[in-house]
Amino acid sequence: MMFNSNKINKTSLNSSSIIIYFFIFLWVFLAAFPFIWTFWGSFKVELDFFSIANWTNAITGENTKQTYGSPFTFVGYHGAWVQEEFWKAFINTSLVCFFVVFTSLTIGTLGAYALSRSNYKYTFWLLIMALIFRSMPPITLVAGYLPPFFEWNLWGTLPTTIIVLVSINQPFTLWMLHSFFQNIPKELDESAKVDGCSQYKAFGYVIVPVMWPGIITTGLFSFLLAYNDFAVTAMLLSDENRTMVPQIAAFLGTTYTEGNVMFAVAAVVSATVPLFILIMFFQTKIVSGLTQGAVKG
Amino acid sequence: MKHRTFFWFILPTFLAMFFFITLPIISVVIQSFHTPHDNILITVENCDPFGCKKVTSIDHEATKELKNEKPLGKFVGLDIYFDRGHLALEQVKQHWNNSENLLSFLSLISDLPFYKAIFFTLTFTFTVTPIMLFLGLLIALGVNAFNRKLKGLIIFFSLLPMIVTPLIGSIILFWMIDSRGIVGNFLQIMFENPNLSLKASTSLTWVTLIVYGVWHAIPFSFIVFYAGLQTLPKDQIESAQIDGANTFQQTIHIIIPHIMPLITFVTLMQLMDNFRVFEPIIGFNAEAHATSLSWIIFNDLGGETRQLSAAATSSILTIIGIIILLLPVLIKTWREFDFKK
Repeated sequence: MMFNSNKINKTSLNSSSIIIYFFIFLWVFLAAFPFIWTFWGSFKVELDFFSIANWTNAITGENTKQTYGSPFTFVGYHGAWVQEEFWKAFINTSLVCFFVVFTSLTIGTLGAYALSRSNYKYTFWLLIMALIFRSMPPITLVAGYLPPFFEWNLWGTLPTTIIVLVSINQPFTLWMLHSFFQNIPKELDESAKVDGCSQYKAFGYVIVPVMWPGIITTGLFSFLLAYNDFAVTAMLLSDENRTMVPQIAAFLGTTYTEGNVMFAVAAVVSATVPLFILIMFFQTKIVSGLTQGAVKG
Repeated sequence: MKHRTFFWFILPTFLAMFFFITLPIISVVIQSFHTPHDNILITVENCDPFGCKKVTSIDHEATKELKNEKPLGKFVGLDIYFDRGHLALEQVKQHWNNSENLLSFLSLISDLPFYKAIFFTLTFTFTVTPIMLFLGLLIALGVNAFNRKLKGLIIFFSLLPMIVTPLIGSIILFWMIDSRGIVGNFLQIMFENPNLSLKASTSLTWVTLIVYGVWHAIPFSFIVFYAGLQTLPKDQIESAQIDGANTFQQTIHIIIPHIMPLITFVTLMQLMDNFRVFEPIIGFNAEAHATSLSWIIFNDLGGETRQLSAAATSSILTIIGIIILLLPVLIKTWREFDFKK
């Protein structure tokens, strides 16, 4: 009897584990395939990328071979980066991301540390305000930015956009760093203070060194927020200061009419590559960051 | 921490949030009560040999002066809130009187731009959130059974839909579902309908957007639940197995209660994120069939006209919407925060 029930259990487990394997591979396929497909297609001509005749052309590149003698061509990339000057957008994105991450972390670390080490009622209200701010779509604030920015001639420039992105992302940064600080025992500050440090010194010499993993993780997410933003950057940057994402949106309009869809495809792939590399190097950090807020409940 | 020290630590971030979040909100509220000045008209009598004509023209100087005096525009109270582009009180009243049942009433008001956006936003929020919770949990449970090396690879690819810029992700999928793209092509062959297009009908567009939303959101719930599964109480599972509980029963009675706080957390985050759905509408070029609250604001702000008052009113209504949506959670946080004096 014992053996029998065991056997039944095993066979049912096997068939269910086949379903599980199939299901997981289906998900991985759905998650990865669009990117692989578009990456592969970005080296083709439009007739292959959007194939009316035969979808296998997108893989073999029949029309690309006919036009350029090889199934791979960099025409799309050349068009996007050189002809349409996508490199400008790339530089703008780099500048925006660097300064947003740097400033967010600097002022966010200070603020989150204070919030995690104080139990007065105003701490709670500040955190709740941050939570409400975090839940508001950033686009709802833009109507408030435009009149003063136009009035004082601040509209369209990178520094303005950087400050706005830093501020919009502060609520998120505060909550995330706050939960990292909560994990650092308060006894650490206390013992530093007993040894004669001021609160500022305790923060600088004792807390920040052990906070680095948390700061790096939060930095990754600030980077993603700045890099991925479309609504705010599209509204606040002038045409020549555009970052990559609004630039791609602008491409969509112009390239369809001019028949240069491959420029847009190349630009899209180019903008995805940095994120790909980011996940490759920081996968564990991203995972820990996603779960950080959750662990605290 | 002393009040003084606290003040200096919090000051920079407080200033940033005060000047670039609090003040803009106040400004948005004020703008939503004002509308741009009407042009001041003057009537001049022009006389020529054939007689006198009264000509009405814009008094540019007076208009400019008025604009300088009151840059906010004309105070109109709640008028913009109730106009046709927003809550459309008059039209709603009319439709209410003209429709026989609730269903026809709903279908009538869903033609009003603001209600159209609300319907899509809510449908999107309340379909994507449960589906992504369910599928994310299934994937997390499944991946938990894999060996370690494969897990890393699965997580790597799983992160892609979430990490990649929403606009870019939706554009990539948009190209694939194009009737000349691989998915569009495949669907045409499968349904043996060469004219099938996901972009042509409203319901198919909604389905496409929701599928995109789920695809984009699954990684988040998957990763969070997967992390939660690593801390499962092993002895409880073992004793349940000895008692003869099958996998399904174990999931319902042990695993789900254990990760319940995580489910709450993911739900909260997803409600916030899905309520602001915007980029996929641009990416899928779907504004003819589906608009969202964020899209309406973006649309008013953009272009030559820049209708700030209209955008401000939509913004305030959106903020009210999100507060109503999250009220239960806010109350819960209030109860749980531990006040130490």
